[in-house]
Parts: sequence; structure tokens; C-alpha cells
Amino acid sequence: MDATRNIQLSDEEVEFVLNDVMDLYGYDFTNYSKASLKRRINRLISNDRFPSFAEFRYRIINDKDYFSRFVEEITVNVTEMFRDVTFYKTLRQQVIPVLATWPLIRIWHAGCSTGEEVYSMAILLHEANLLHKSLLYATDINPAVLQKVREGVFPLSQMRQYSENYILSGGNRDFSSYYTAQYNAAKFDEQFGKRIVLATHNLVSDGSFNEFQLIMCRNVMIYFDKQLQDKVLHLFYDSLEQLGFLALGSKETLRFTDIHKNFKQIENKEKIWRKIK
Amino acid sequence: MYELLVIGGSAGSLSVVLKILPHINRSLGLAIIIVFHRKNSEDTSLIEVLSRRTDCYVKEAEDKDELQPGTIYLAPADYHVLIEKDRSITLDDSEKINHSRPSIDVTFESAAEVYNSSLACMLLSGANADGVEGLISARKRGALILVQDPATAEVPFMPKQALERVGVDFLVKECNLRECPIFKSDS
Repeated sequence: MDATRNIQLSDEEVEFVLNDVMDLYGYDFTNYSKASLKRRINRLISNDRFPSFAEFRYRIINDKDYFSRFVEEITVNVTEMFRDVTFYKTLRQQVIPVLATWPLIRIWHAGCSTGEEVYSMAILLHEANLLHKSLLYATDINPAVLQKVREGVFPLSQMRQYSENYILSGGNRDFSSYYTAQYNAAKFDEQFGKRIVLATHNLVSDGSFNEFQLIMCRNVMIYFDKQLQDKVLHLFYDSLEQLGFLALGSKETLRFTDIHKNFKQIENKEKIWRKIK
Repeated sequence: MYELLVIGGSAGSLSVVLKILPHINRSLGLAIIIVFHRKNSEDTSLIEVLSRRTDCYVKEAEDKDELQPGTIYLAPADYHVLIEKDRSITLDDSEKINHSRPSIDVTFESAAEVYNSSLACMLLSGANADGVEGLISARKRGALILVQDPATAEVPFMPKQALERVGVDFLVKECNLRECPIFKSDS
């Protein structure tokens, strides 16, 4: 831990920042999980070596570029390809065969971050010969990460781990055939990027924009409080076709929301639900 | 008077926890969070192993779980565990802290902000210093600090760091668990 400077904001100071950000830039973080958000703001203040809260607040208010950094740093962008291998195995075995029955497959990756999961999904669809009739909508609050999704370039150093995940999740091809190594980067095949539609979308304030057969939103809503989770789950409900699938992170649950009765979890207890009414 | 016990441990701490668990029963009225450094690939059999030693309900922490007395929440591999003001759990998959996710520091610090002097933090055997910064924050807020006696620890580095940098209210040994302040109401 950084011991050089240790400013710990009070709850009131966090509120000040969130209100500034809302008033000046229109981003509403007030229903994010407080404990996690506070930690991230403290971390940003420490990493950027602000001597005081007042200077941090002044910078946010007066420097639009710094605000972009604030959004990038406050939102968590930790992700990997084929994370949770049993989840991907279930997608491959139980979800994709059902998706195959639709003439056009529309999938929404809500809060896609740098796109590792979007490319994982594109690979699954490719291997099921479905990629040509699929569209993967990848959205995030943060425009900077969407640029990375467009490029389809990931650190080469991660490929060993991703290849291992891929194999454990039931993949049986040569994972390295999907990318070209360039110095320390792995550039994924253009055929995947062509099926990805990118847009900035804020789950807090933006509405439904299409109907999907699968919505993936894994480890995004853990950063929201219960009230906001509930609101976003209604948004997903409204954006799903009948019998469409909703996939959440492995420690997330629908049980705190009234909408859970409209969903049925799939039998093997992976965090995948179908819209049943 | 204590409402939450957070136990943090790394290498060599599981065997200690298994000896402590029989002293933790529902009648204590404590909620318990256990933060082990563990690998992503480990399965759920750890829940069963822990359940056999105590009459408390043992579960892996899920996002937004409300902390209940008599329940033991195991931090899931690959997530930090934080506590909200309404005493519910927030999971967080952001960067590793001290090369660890879950990080013991994160849970100690977050729990201390909410529970203050009704918190007890216990740091056990381990090979890095995760947990020590968290103990410092917790102590400032009046939490009870329990540290395993390094002489009895399989890997003494972590408890030793805690003793040097934080101090301790009660030194945990296998033989003195009955005298431990949080287990006193144990009948």
C-alpha cells in the first residue's frame, strides 16, 4: 500500500465530489456502492499525489481532461478472456445452441470494459458457425475503453493464461490462431471486430436501445447499490426477448430484486437466467 | 459488544482457523468474515470443511449479502470484500492489493469504518504483509486487535509484521483460545 500520502475522504467529501461531477459533467455516480467508490477515489487521490482534498476537488471542477481520467480510474476495468471457465463451458453447451435457433443473434455486453469478454463470445460464436449471423453490441460508460475494443489488441503476456482458460472452458482449437503477435501485443482477427457494434451507454441514465437474446453484464453491477441494481435489472428485462438469457458475474444474484420472479436460473446454477414472463 | 469478527490469513492459516472454529458458535452473536488468500481454481469443498467445525452457517460471500450474526462469510477467490454502512457486503474485482485479491487490508479497513469498536480483527499465519495496514486503520477506530503468536505460526512473517507495526490486544495461541475476549461468552 502507498504509505507516502494517505488522505481518507469523509462521506461528506465524497458527496461533494459526486455532486460536482453530476452538476458539471452529467455523470451520476451517486448510486454506486459507497464503500467501493470511496476506496477508488482515495486511491486516485493517493496515486495522483494530491496534497489535499481541496486541490483534488478544484482539479475535477476545472480540468475536463482530468475528469476523463477520473471516470477511467473510478470505474473498474479489470477483465480477462474466458474468466470463470465453467461459465463459458455452460455458454458453449447450453446457451449457444439455443441462440442458434434465432435468424439473427443479438448480444449486449453491458459495461464491456476493454472487451475481453466480447472477443471471448465472438470466438464461441465463430466456433459454432454462428458469427456471420450475430451482432455483439458492446457498451460502456467510458469512451476510452471502447477504443480498445475496436482495436482488438490485448497484451501478449496474457495470452498464455487466456489460452489455458479457453481450453478449460471446452475450446479445442489452437487459440493462437485467433490472433497475430506484434511485439508485446496480440491483435485479434478482423472477422471478430466486424461483428462488434460499439456505443457509449451509461446504465445509470440511458435507456433500452434494442432487443437482445443474451445480455452479458458480469461484475458490473457489484459496483452499484441495491436501488441502482434494481433499476438496471428492469432495463435488462425490458431489453430482452422472451426466453432471452441474462448472464451475471459468479457472485452476483437476482434475489434482492422484485424482478427475479420473471426470470428462471438455468439448472446447473451458473449465474445465467432466462426471461420466462 | 463485538458484532463482527474479520479473520485474515495466508499461507499456513487454514489449520489455525480449523482450531478456532469450534470456539465460534451461534450463541456469540457475531458475524464473521474469513479472508484467505487462495487460488481461483479452488472449489467449494472449503465451505464443507469449515462447516463441520462450527454450528454457524458458513457460506461464500455474495454481493449485497447482509451480515447476520451466527453466519460465517468466506471471501470468494478473486474478489475484495467491502462492508457498506447498511452492513451489507460489496464485492469488488478491482486491482490486487499486496498481490492479493481478496486483500485482508481492504476488508479490515472497510469493516473498521462501519463497525469501529464493535469490530475484532484477527491476523494469522502468512508470508506477506497484507492485513497490517488494515490493522492500523482498525486500531485507530477502536477495534480489538488479535494476532497469532508468530512462534506458533507456520509462516510467521505476517503476524510478526503486525506485532512490530501495530501491536496487539490479545496474542492468539492454540492453548489460550478460551481466554480470548471475543470467545468469553462461550458457555
